Amino acid sequence: MTMSEGELAIAKLHFVRTETLEQQPPPASMTGPIGWARQNLFSSPLNIALTILIVLLALWIIPDLLRFVIIDAVWTGADRNACLEAVQNRPIGACWPFVWERLPYFIYGSYPIPERWRVDVFFVLLAIGVAWLLWLNAPRRDLGVFYSFIVLPILSYILLSGFPAIGLPAVDTVYWGGVLVTLVVASVGIVCSLPIGILLALGRRSNMPTVKLFSVFFIEFVRGVPLITVLFMASVMLPLFVPEELSPNKLLRALIGIAMFASAYMAEVVRAGLAAIPKGQFEGAMAVGLGYWQMMRLIILPQALKITIPNIVNTFIGMFKDTSLVFIVGIFDLLRTIEVSRIDPKWATPVTSTTGYLVAALFYLVFCYGMSRYARMTEARLGKADRR
Amino acid sequence: MAVESVGAQQPARVAFYNDPKFRSIAYQVVLCVLVVLVIYAATTNALDNLQRAHVASGFGFWNQAAGFDISQSLIEYSASVSTYGTAFWVGLLNTLLVAVLGIILATILGFTIGISRLSKNWLLAKVATGYVETIRNIPVLLQLLFWYNAVLKALPDIRDSTKFMGSFLNNRGLFVPEPIADPRFGWVGAVFFFGIVSAIGFYIWARKRQMATGQQAPILLVTLALVVGLPLVVFLVTGMPLHFDAPQVGRFNITGGLALQPEFVALLLGLSIYTAAFIAEVVRAGILAVSHGQTEAAYSLGMKPGPTLRLIIVPQAMRVIVPPLTSQYLNLTKNSSLAVAVGYPDLVQVFTGTVLNQTGQAVEVVAITMLVYLCISLFTSLVMNIYNSRVKLVER
Repeated sequence: MTMSEGELAIAKLHFVRTETLEQQPPPASMTGPIGWARQNLFSSPLNIALTILIVLLALWIIPDLLRFVIIDAVWTGADRNACLEAVQNRPIGACWPFVWERLPYFIYGSYPIPERWRVDVFFVLLAIGVAWLLWLNAPRRDLGVFYSFIVLPILSYILLSGFPAIGLPAVDTVYWGGVLVTLVVASVGIVCSLPIGILLALGRRSNMPTVKLFSVFFIEFVRGVPLITVLFMASVMLPLFVPEELSPNKLLRALIGIAMFASAYMAEVVRAGLAAIPKGQFEGAMAVGLGYWQMMRLIILPQALKITIPNIVNTFIGMFKDTSLVFIVGIFDLLRTIEVSRIDPKWATPVTSTTGYLVAALFYLVFCYGMSRYARMTEARLGKADRR
Repeated sequence: MAVESVGAQQPARVAFYNDPKFRSIAYQVVLCVLVVLVIYAATTNALDNLQRAHVASGFGFWNQAAGFDISQSLIEYSASVSTYGTAFWVGLLNTLLVAVLGIILATILGFTIGISRLSKNWLLAKVATGYVETIRNIPVLLQLLFWYNAVLKALPDIRDSTKFMGSFLNNRGLFVPEPIADPRFGWVGAVFFFGIVSAIGFYIWARKRQMATGQQAPILLVTLALVVGLPLVVFLVTGMPLHFDAPQVGRFNITGGLALQPEFVALLLGLSIYTAAFIAEVVRAGILAVSHGQTEAAYSLGMKPGPTLRLIIVPQAMRVIVPPLTSQYLNLTKNSSLAVAVGYPDLVQVFTGTVLNQTGQAVEVVAITMLVYLCISLFTSLVMNIYNSRVKLVER
């Protein structure tokens, strides 16, 4: 009975699909470039308006930028006449021969020309140190730390300021300039700030009230005032505080100011790292009988510094940009060499300033962007290690 | 029992120099002695050096005539009569002026860009990212110099000024018509003040009523009507008691009107644009910190996107945003000391620059300047701590 009814039901149907349908491709308007544009550029009236606005803005700015940097730019010439609109009778963009001629000055400052190979060697040594420290899989990174924080500073000092006994004539720091000074100031800031910053951070977490007091006082004081005033203090007050015959030179004073400033900021970064270490790590270290310094060196700091690497690099970025402030206390860093060159009568034209600033901006952008990419990469890597 | 058989053991005898308590005290004494020695040496050296250089010490210079001009001043100042003390206040007020305006501009720009980075519009998000990555990675000093030397100083000179709406733009700055209030304008001000007070009153009443009955009142509309509409009506009724003093172009100079100097504009632009990039990152991080579940929960309760944003997302994001935002505000204030590079008469330029050069009293001048910034920083952190403790997530 039921059986026959079922057969009847099937017989009534004219068509039954027995195999499943082939998967259909999504409609063309949902995939490919069109779908992407619909989703990401034209999803709502507001988005359509924004997209149109941005395209118009780009059409307004980019051609002008290209014209300035490439199309209307001057590529060859001997002096300002090559970059003067009135002389050339055409619109003038960037004045590249100015940069070309002044490039050695931008890099070495007034460092004596026959001795400039020493600066080049310094750049190479510095690059080796940086690469050794930043490349996380590099062999013998402990040696890298030793090299960067002890060998490199001594070697660079001998190399750059000279050592007549081994045939390197002395070069006074007033002749140093340009990228050389920028990198020296940044490196000194980094090399000094890490150890001092770690000590200050430990001091701030110390049980000893006076140590804590002095650390807190130093850190909060330096962080509460602008770098400019720290540099002013270093450059006008420091000479007063030491006997006349010991008075440090201008560059050294700025370096002391930068080192103080960087240490205070580094201390806060390291402190944040220390705070993130669970208490059990301290207790565990003490339980196995480690002393304070052993505990810090072997257990706490390796973990704390590892998780703060991204923040440390970000602090370095800030410091690298801040080195440009030594310009104000009269040090010939990259920015100041550009300031001096752009008003040099030989090249002074309406476009020289912009060209010079463009070069400086590019220099800082490449360095800082590189560092921030690195920070992000390490962060991702650390994140991966923590995810199990 | 076992415990008794072991007995109360004497603590192991430790040499006194290995005793942590003794060590701690010894370290602290050594540190204090060192610090005192350094301070003593520095002071004696400073007194020695100052005496040799015949520089006076103390704060006597505060009441001496300054004798130099300051290009922009919010208070009465003249080179011949005013003292170094007045110059200090002029500088401080100029610093605060540029800091406050910079903070307002940077906040608006920063929030716009931070939200744009999270936009569903790919192009907008990319442009905002590009802005942040570029501006953040170029030193602010370089940006200031660029705005001042390459943009504002490259504007045409007075004779070829760009004119628009009665304003003049040239390499001496932006000259706009200055609004001058007639006596009757006081009425508009009074009504404006009344509007604000009554708007606050209305807000309180509306909140109470909503709490009691659940009925909502059109707060925004009423507030706009009271604060903007009412004064506008009074303004029109009293016969528009406001006229503009338009700048007049002379042969060498522009007289009248309100002048915005290029130094001020460059500093304001540079600081705002630079800090906005950092604020954008702060805002983005804050919004991302609110989990998507919050939005979904609000929608499932039947809230519209507007109230969801206003009542659910923003209050939670603000808790994450405000502390780093404050430190950005502080950074902007501290960075305003870079005014010295473009010649805007802020505290550092006037006081640590000119006054220091004229008096030679480096210790006092630098100390006062640092103290001022320190006070601003500490005051801000104080306010910040109070805010933090108020919005802190209260858990069970």
